Amino acid sequence: MTLAMTKSQRTLGLYGLIAIAAVIAPFLFSAYISQLTVLWVMVLFAITWDAMGGQMGYNSLGNIFFFGAGMYISAVVQIGLHYDVAEYTAAYGAIKVDFTPTQYYTGLVLGTIVAAVGSVLFAFLLSWVVFGLRGPYFAIGTLGIALAAGELVGAWEYVGAGSGISLPVFPGEPEAGERFFYFAFFVAAVLTFFFFRWLYQTRFGLAINAIRDDEEKAEAMGIHTMRYKTITWALSAFFLGICGSLFGNYNIFIEPLEVAFATVVFGIPMVVMSLLGGKGTLWGPVIGAILYHVIKEATWKYFLGWQWVALGLLIIISVVFFQQGIMGWAQEKWPELFGIEVEEAPAEGEEEAA
Amino acid sequence: MAAMIELRNVSKSFGGVRANQDVSMDVPAGKITGLIGPNGSGKTTLFNSIVGYHPIDGGSIRFEGREISRLKVPQIARLGMLRTFQQTRIYGNMNCVKNMLISVPHRSMGYFEIFYDHSPGELERAERLLEFVGLYAKRKLLAGDLSFGQQKLLEFAMALMNQPKVLLLDEPTAGINPTLINGLIDRLKRANEEFGITLFVIEHNMRVIMNLAEHIYCLAHGQMLADGPPDQIRADKRVIDAYLGAH
Ligand SMILES: Nc1ncnc2c1ncn2[C@@H]1O[C@H](COP(=O)(O)OP(=O)(O)O)[C@@H](O)[C@H]1O
Ligand SMILES: [Mg+2]
Repeated sequence: MTLAMTKSQRTLGLYGLIAIAAVIAPFLFSAYISQLTVLWVMVLFAITWDAMGGQMGYNSLGNIFFFGAGMYISAVVQIGLHYDVAEYTAAYGAIKVDFTPTQYYTGLVLGTIVAAVGSVLFAFLLSWVVFGLRGPYFAIGTLGIALAAGELVGAWEYVGAGSGISLPVFPGEPEAGERFFYFAFFVAAVLTFFFFRWLYQTRFGLAINAIRDDEEKAEAMGIHTMRYKTITWALSAFFLGICGSLFGNYNIFIEPLEVAFATVVFGIPMVVMSLLGGKGTLWGPVIGAILYHVIKEATWKYFLGWQWVALGLLIIISVVFFQQGIMGWAQEKWPELFGIEVEEAPAEGEEEAA
Repeated sequence: MAAMIELRNVSKSFGGVRANQDVSMDVPAGKITGLIGPNGSGKTTLFNSIVGYHPIDGGSIRFEGREISRLKVPQIARLGMLRTFQQTRIYGNMNCVKNMLISVPHRSMGYFEIFYDHSPGELERAERLLEFVGLYAKRKLLAGDLSFGQQKLLEFAMALMNQPKVLLLDEPTAGINPTLINGLIDRLKRANEEFGITLFVIEHNMRVIMNLAEHIYCLAHGQMLADGPPDQIRADKRVIDAYLGAH
């Protein structure tokens, strides 16, 4: 690569490299395909969290709710297409689903669509409650929603309560199934990335940044603050709902506390990944997710038993010493590279004629 | 023609402090109206009441004949009534052009328009207004790096970008380098004449307000003390006493 390349050429080159790496990775490192699959889930988590926390300044600790909601909605749709859901869950796995490939894929697609729509509806409903809260109250309020949802679903017999639901198995070779879900999550993460990349370039992006930097001023300028907040929350919910639906099928079995509304394993890391990579930046959440996931997998492998201590340490270090994150730090150091136009104050009269 | 803003017996207390008591006044359309009074006399409180920042305890506030005392801040702003802040509020982490683009009017913006790109027309208008307040050369600087006076000018330009019918300015010259004040007065007058924006200005500096406003209201201890054209206010003994007594 030469210096003569324009910025858009460089960006295109970067995307190309990532795409090639992402496509060959599951074949090259097939032993690690499950870790690679979850990596894209984490990337999607970080991007959707950052839309709220990084770009709009509303630090949600409950975004995992939409992942879990999407997962359960999709499961109920898929099972409900062919069985009585209550009977199915009451049998505790005694009823074995045996779907044809067509049944499997139509169920998955339909379930995912309903999950996305359902999550968005939940976001609209909940926005009436949560956006009355500010700062730490918003964080705790949203955390409460995620925790309460886990408990409620855990007590709800219709969806299997604490014992969860078994989902249909991928119709084909296990390796083909692994690759199918790897690419499904890859595509979901890429779509999420490009959607928010586009969104941040519109009026919408500027408005949510204004809400983050000074919401009172934004209100005084007549910005529909409530509308922007609700839509941002709903857009996060949309992608998380899709992701949750896919994850349920990937995991084959879903249950409320460890899989669907998994606050410790998935909910809190959403925040950590964004902070680590640099919140409020386009690439920060992506880089943070990759870094977090690699560190997490490494600690699981080499420090088993101490993994949460190691991750806790990472959180403390990033929050206390490195708040701007990797991208925040890089942007400050090399602003030109990121297309940030910061001019030195021109000498008096120098540019007046322009 | 009826006044653009009509206040009748507006009262507001904070605990035991009666910041506004039975305040009545009219802000006529198309004119520049002044509001003066010693520090703590309740001027900013009155502005906050008008723009819906806090609920009032009693009285009526009408904007173009419509009762607005129960509307919220963004709703009132979208009706075309905008305010600037005494402490100046701009988006310090964004450059001047972005500050201007945030300020596009949201009155008629539909659900889908919020996802549009900024139009070339908006960009051009932003640059023209930055030029108008003398900040064109600094348009790509972070607003937070501007001097305090320049930030006030930027906030003024942002308000103009919003195309309001009436603009409430809270001490626009406070903290500005005295050599720049005349230029600012001139721009306020031009905003009124050329853009047809009604101005309602709180001002502590007597010289400035005498120069600017056609009609002046004077508050003291939360109550309306006097009102009239500048010459009459300047000669009013109660006004002089209030100002002298306060220092
Ligand atoms: N939010 C508030 N809470 C309590 N007291 C307030 C508040 N805002 C203003 N006040 C009091 O109301 C009175 C009028 O204040 P203000 O309207 O800021 O005066 P001015 O703008 O004329 O200097 C003062 O005594 C002030 O301390
Ligand atoms: Mg004041």
